[in-house]
Amino acid sequence: MNMTTALARLLIFPGLLFAVPAAWFFLWVERKAVALMQGRIGPPFMQPFYDFVKLLGKGTPTRSGVSGLLMKAWPLIAMSSAAGAVGLLPVLPSSGGFQGDLILLLALMEVPSMCIIAAGFSSRSIFGEIGSAREAVLNVSYNIVFLLAILSIAASQHTFSLEALAQLPATPLRWLGVLALLVCLPAKLHLNPFSLPNAEQEIYSGPMTEYAGPELAMWELSHGLEWVAATGLVATLAAPHVTIWWLAAIIFVALSFAIVLLLSAVASATARLAIDTTVRFYWQCTIIFAVLAISSALFMRLRS
Amino acid sequence: MNLWNKLMCYCRRRSPWLFHLNSGSCNGCDIELVAALAPRYDAEQLGVRLEGSPRHADILVITGPVTHNAVGAIRTVYSQVLGPKAVVAIGSCPATTNVFIDSRTLDGPLEKHIPVDVFVPGCPPRPDAIILGVAKAAEILAERAGKNLPIESVMIPISECACADNAEPASSEVQL
Repeated sequence: MNMTTALARLLIFPGLLFAVPAAWFFLWVERKAVALMQGRIGPPFMQPFYDFVKLLGKGTPTRSGVSGLLMKAWPLIAMSSAAGAVGLLPVLPSSGGFQGDLILLLALMEVPSMCIIAAGFSSRSIFGEIGSAREAVLNVSYNIVFLLAILSIAASQHTFSLEALAQLPATPLRWLGVLALLVCLPAKLHLNPFSLPNAEQEIYSGPMTEYAGPELAMWELSHGLEWVAATGLVATLAAPHVTIWWLAAIIFVALSFAIVLLLSAVASATARLAIDTTVRFYWQCTIIFAVLAISSALFMRLRS
Repeated sequence: MNLWNKLMCYCRRRSPWLFHLNSGSCNGCDIELVAALAPRYDAEQLGVRLEGSPRHADILVITGPVTHNAVGAIRTVYSQVLGPKAVVAIGSCPATTNVFIDSRTLDGPLEKHIPVDVFVPGCPPRPDAIILGVAKAAEILAERAGKNLPIESVMIPISECACADNAEPASSEVQL
């Protein structure tokens, strides 16, 4: 991958120019699906865009010192790394890529939640600190399953390149891994039943409590981009391989859309779990699948 | 007015985020405010969202006759909401202190402490009147995007609401 294609992928497709409208679209689909499930009509199509522009026009509280600077920096870091993660997705066939871009993608997808933890603590708000602590615990609990699932997929197919993974035919083991990833997505995207860090009725807005105006707009955008990156990763692993580029793009978008609908339906049908129940769910129930997947992947590797 | 200001007006009118503050209310208006967001009235169609933090809000929604204890909280929360902002007083209590007038525990009405943009009278007002008040406040916010208008209170006449004589509002037919 040379410099030009890398820039084109980061800035145009599937990077910023595609990902920002897609992020707004997914945020809208989530809110609309929840509204429909509750028997409401829900927000208009352009609602996330209206919210974004309105937030840009609002003021921010004056903050001084290092923590003020840091609070300005966290949403920008989160937003740009989420955009970078979207840019790495191999939507179009033969779009390039390099050995190990899966690892870079995972690292970039992890940055926004690290930024959320740091942002809550640097805001010095008691609700922000509680939210950050919860986010950290949640991170530790789902990430073991998430990383083991990805690792088992990569190990069973002998590659760390997303492009190669997308082209290889799916094995039963990969479906097990995709299932484990899907179980982790609600926690990664802070949806019910794992919406602990931003639990509205308990701790106001969690780590975001002190954020306002353009900074909050960046957080909303980075959350939307996380949606695109996370659903895109699962869609990449689950999609059948086709060589016609427009068909590949349509399948990618349709699969992502289906995953968003599924996650929203689960979110509106469930209530929030307590933090200990969440950790127990991931460490006792879901980890079995992940360990099963990784051990069979290693076993298959030893045998071949 | 340039293009950016026009866009900002348009978006502010369509995305009012609320922060709800109870200043000693009897909980009647609070229930009606929640009812305005629930399926029957569904204020989210106008982009209304009830936010957890005053930092996120555009419109401060206040219920209750303003008790002595609540005055400090009202001033703090009002200063925590970032501009441009609007205040909607829900119910007769913040407007006039209602039946609690002359009580020694009160320091009302609300206008003594912070500027109020929209009053929605009623004890309690119906959810559609509350939605009308919020929509009016969002319009005031949008107007302020272009020019620097002084704050001027608006009283929503009860006759303007669809439910003037407690008839079933036309908009609330449940579709199954």
